[in-house]
Parts: sequence; C-alpha cells; structure tokens
Amino acid sequence: METYYKPEDLPKFPDIEQGAPELAQKFFDYYNAVFAEGALTEREKALIALSVAHAVQCPYCIDAYTQACLEKGSNLEEMTEAVHVVTAIRGGASLVHGVQMRNIAEKLSM
Amino acid sequence: MEMAVNSQFMAAAETVSPLFYKTLVEHDLKLERSETTTLQVNVGLLCNQTCRHCHLDAGPGRQEIMGHETADAVIDYAARGDFEAVDITGGAPELNPNILRLIEGLSRHSSRIIFRSNLSLLSDGKRAELIDVLKEKKIVIVASFPSFNEIQADSQRGEGIFQKSIDALSKLNTLGYGDSETGLELNLVSNPAGAFLPGAQGPLEKRFREVLQNKWGLQFNHLYAFANVPLGRFRAWLKEKGNLDAYLERLASNFNVCAVEGVMCRSLISVSWDGFLYDCDFNLAKGLPMGKQKTHVSEMAGPPDVGSPIACADHCYTCTAGTGFT
Repeated sequence: METYYKPEDLPKFPDIEQGAPELAQKFFDYYNAVFAEGALTEREKALIALSVAHAVQCPYCIDAYTQACLEKGSNLEEMTEAVHVVTAIRGGASLVHGVQMRNIAEKLSM
Repeated sequence: MEMAVNSQFMAAAETVSPLFYKTLVEHDLKLERSETTTLQVNVGLLCNQTCRHCHLDAGPGRQEIMGHETADAVIDYAARGDFEAVDITGGAPELNPNILRLIEGLSRHSSRIIFRSNLSLLSDGKRAELIDVLKEKKIVIVASFPSFNEIQADSQRGEGIFQKSIDALSKLNTLGYGDSETGLELNLVSNPAGAFLPGAQGPLEKRFREVLQNKWGLQFNHLYAFANVPLGRFRAWLKEKGNLDAYLERLASNFNVCAVEGVMCRSLISVSWDGFLYDCDFNLAKGLPMGKQKTHVSEMAGPPDVGSPIACADHCYTCTAGTGFT
C-alpha cells in the first residue's frame, strides 16, 4: 500500500545535501556534536531524542532512536517512561492553555 | 562531498553486501594467525538453558559432550602448546562430568584458566566441589549477564534465570570473586537482548557497576559487551522475526578496519567437544574447521603456525563490527 512514510526512505537522508550542501554540512556537523558524549551521556541523549521523536511524531526518528536507545543500554521500561514524559508535557501544554480559556470566558461572561 | 551524518541514520543508510571475504579484499586485508596464545575448549553443547541468542543451539537435549579420552588429549595439547590462557566454554561446562579432571589438568599447563558460566548452575546448590576448585585455583569466571533489567535478561535466557544469576553473583562475591584485592576475577559478558548491536563498552560497564552495586550490592571486575552472532538459535530467531537481513546489513555496515587486527581468531584456537580444531567457537558452530580440514587435537604438535589463513564466512562481520569482539 502506498504511503508517504517508507522505511526505505530513511537511508536517503544524506541525499538532502543536494541543493544546499553547505547548509547540510553545517546541520550534520551540529547534529553529530549534539549527540556526542558531554555533560549528558549518549544514552541519556538518545532517550531525550526518543521522547521528542514521539512529540514531533517522526517515524524515521522513532525507528532510529528506538534502536539507539537499545544499543546504548536502555530498556523498554525506561524508554516507555521517556515517552510518558513527553506525553505529559504535550498534554499539560494543552491543559494549561485552559487558563487562557478561563480568563477570556471570565471577561466575556456575566 | 562526504557527508557526516549521525551514525544512527547512517546505519540504515548503508547497504553493504554481506560478503565478508570480499570486504577484506576491498580493504586490502588478510585474515591470518598471529601468535596463538589462547586455547579455547568447548566441553559440549549440553546446557540447562535454551538461550535465544545461543550461536551453538545448546540446550538440555544435546548429547554432544566431551568424554574423558578427549579431555586427556586436550590436556596433553595444552602441555605441548604452552598457551598463556585456556578458556573453557560450552554449553554449560558445569554439566560435563569430566570438568574437574579438565580444570585440574589444564591448570598444570597454563597460568590463566577461564571458566565460562551461565551463572544459573552456580546457584543451584549442587556445585560445591566445583566452586571450591574454581576458588582454590583462582580460575577466572566469565559469566553471561546480558542486562540488569529482569525482563530483558529473562527474555533472552529464560524465565527465572535473572534471579538465579543475581543469587550466583552474590555467592561468588561472598567467596571473594569480583574484589580486585583477592585475585579472584569475575567478569561479565553482556550480549544485547535482541537484534541490535551492543553499546560502547566503557559507559555500559560504568552503568552496570553502578546499578549492580546500588541495587544488589554486587561487584565484578570487568564487563565485556559483545554482539550476538547470527548462527544457531539466534539466527533462527532472527529469521522467525523477519530481522535476519537487516541484522546482517547492520553488522556489515559497521565493519571496522581497525577491529580486524584484534579479532580473537588471530590468537586463539578452539577445540570442540569431540577434539577437532577450529579457528574460533563461531566457526565451530558453523562447522568450518581450521585449515578447512578436520584436524584432531592429538595430531597437533603445538600451536598453529603464525601466518596460517583463518577460515571466514559472513558471521565474521560480528567480530569486526564497531569496536570488535575479542
């Protein structure tokens, strides 16, 4: 079945350099630097990436960082909790806007 | 323009044909023996566990086991070979009825004897004599311990094995194993619980050390992170789950030229339960004999010659992926 997202498209990511190679080089240099061991471990960064991948709902990123998390020693419990963290923030972000709704409703209402 | 892309994306980006020999030629490399310093002895395929990642398909039903005549021939070879180390593996070596005879004999000829254990048999209360001998002779214990997560560990090794492993590690620690002051070395081996590669050994060892200490008060000397070899039961599992091609590609695309220099087959010779010789335990599993012909341990005057070619096949990508498998 035809779909916009195809697993075989993931390996084509480097092709994005065509058209703007200098920008792509800057992006990938930055990308690699971000994921290198620093104040946070590579494992911790992969868990953050996995949770953000769910927030931005990127199937490529979910595929890549599920594997990365497992390879860097995380387990399913930790990975599931990471997804719940981003879910809580996403849900919380919606719910906290309820304050705006209440402010406006209060102003408009008798 | 050569694009540097995050390795996680690149892993999927590269599609290398899984032809190990061709890869060596492309990199102008030859797989040849250096000095052979380790004798690995596979005492049989009988095991109390049926781990999903086992490259030998070892298990409770296996009949292949080293008898005392072969054990004696191996001990004689250890005397002739003057090996720095002897590495006893299986199956579960604990289940070989000649294991004490073998340890006693081999320890006369090598100063470093390594005993590979799946841990669960060391906590069953039936190995007091074996454990005493291991301790007395300061035998190095290399224990399978894939994960400190019970679900992951049991999914690879069988239900209840994790807790038995923790009990065994606790017992070994009580005896002084894992304490750098005692000379009783306890090393852990972590194989991934699935169709993915192991992480970098350093950070993994650090994390295992922290978690095992904090959660169970356990200690060990070193942790080795090894990739699973696509042979035996693990290969069958990869096929069943539809992961085989992707896993082989992942191994091949992580080929590391530098790892070839340090692969264990360059300095190790493996003898199977029936006394025949292989370049490594994986070639034993594959049925690829050393020198492409069956040679019995009793026919060997000493270690193989430096420069002898090593039999290789596509499973060899496992040992050259990333930082390698030594």
